[in-house]
Amino acid sequence: MSAMHKEPNYMMVFAALFVLTVLEIGAVYLPIGRVGVGIVLILLALSKASLVAMYFMHLKFEKRTLGIIALTPLILCTLLIIALLPDLTGTPRDSARLRAEQAQQAEAPAAVEAQ
Amino acid sequence: MSHASAHVHAIEPAESPLTPESWGKLGMWIFLAGDAMSFGGLLAGYGALRAGATDWPNPLAVLGINLTAFMTFLLICSSVTMVKALSAIRHGNQQGLRNFLLLTILGGVTFLGLQAYEWTHLITEQQVTFTSNPYGNYLFGTTFFAITGFHGAHVTGGVIYLSLVLLNGMRGRYSAENYSTVENAGLYWHFVDLVWILVFTFVYLIK
Repeated sequence: MSAMHKEPNYMMVFAALFVLTVLEIGAVYLPIGRVGVGIVLILLALSKASLVAMYFMHLKFEKRTLGIIALTPLILCTLLIIALLPDLTGTPRDSARLRAEQAQQAEAPAAVEAQ
Repeated sequence: MSHASAHVHAIEPAESPLTPESWGKLGMWIFLAGDAMSFGGLLAGYGALRAGATDWPNPLAVLGINLTAFMTFLLICSSVTMVKALSAIRHGNQQGLRNFLLLTILGGVTFLGLQAYEWTHLITEQQVTFTSNPYGNYLFGTTFFAITGFHGAHVTGGVIYLSLVLLNGMRGRYSAENYSTVENAGLYWHFVDLVWILVFTFVYLIK
């Protein structure tokens, strides 16, 4: 069996995941601004995710075929985010404004009737 | 493996030079890639809705992270017990397979219990529902319940899946030569753990 590779040290991977989780919770309180904290958190999450994929899911020891399959959603999700970017730069939406607009629409027919 | 070179020339029916040694594993990876797109779509949609909103509540203040950090820890632990279960059966250790599978299932069930508690608390104590919440943008509750609910459904599916594998394991269906079912179930379980790592970051931690 080609899959009979030498087993990685799972407890080391566990320790790394544990430490990264603690770092994540600590990073929330870093005084580097909202965006800075966001970037640190995403980098920490991505390193945790790759540890799980590489060692627990054995991607590091598999043939390239599986690596390519695993990479596909990453590429597609990147394209999806790019496709969504125009939506992010539009008019800001908030529920208070939405409620005001709805109230306005509800009042509009009544105003017409009153005239 | 010393006899690995012999295998190169004698290709088994379920094996070819272009594919992994197990078709089931290839199938599971293709399924997971598709499933990753479901989560990717949900998270990207969440990001777009959140970035467009001006009154998004601070998740840290509304949701709290102590319980969720523990749930993250729990899922990581259950991933470790899952690799231990696979490692046990690879060495022909039947009792180890059963014990570690049982621990993995217990981890999943505890996770679901804590999620049920979290949801109940949010809905009844904090009035955060699918359509409204007192903290700000109403889409906060919508996206929260949609994403954590979709993930919780995956954990539920994983618990059922692993229970079936455990039942087969108790009947002695697996061995040091035949463990691919355990391995594929493990892939699914680790994927659910991996997705939770991302959900934890995007839904709970990022301000």
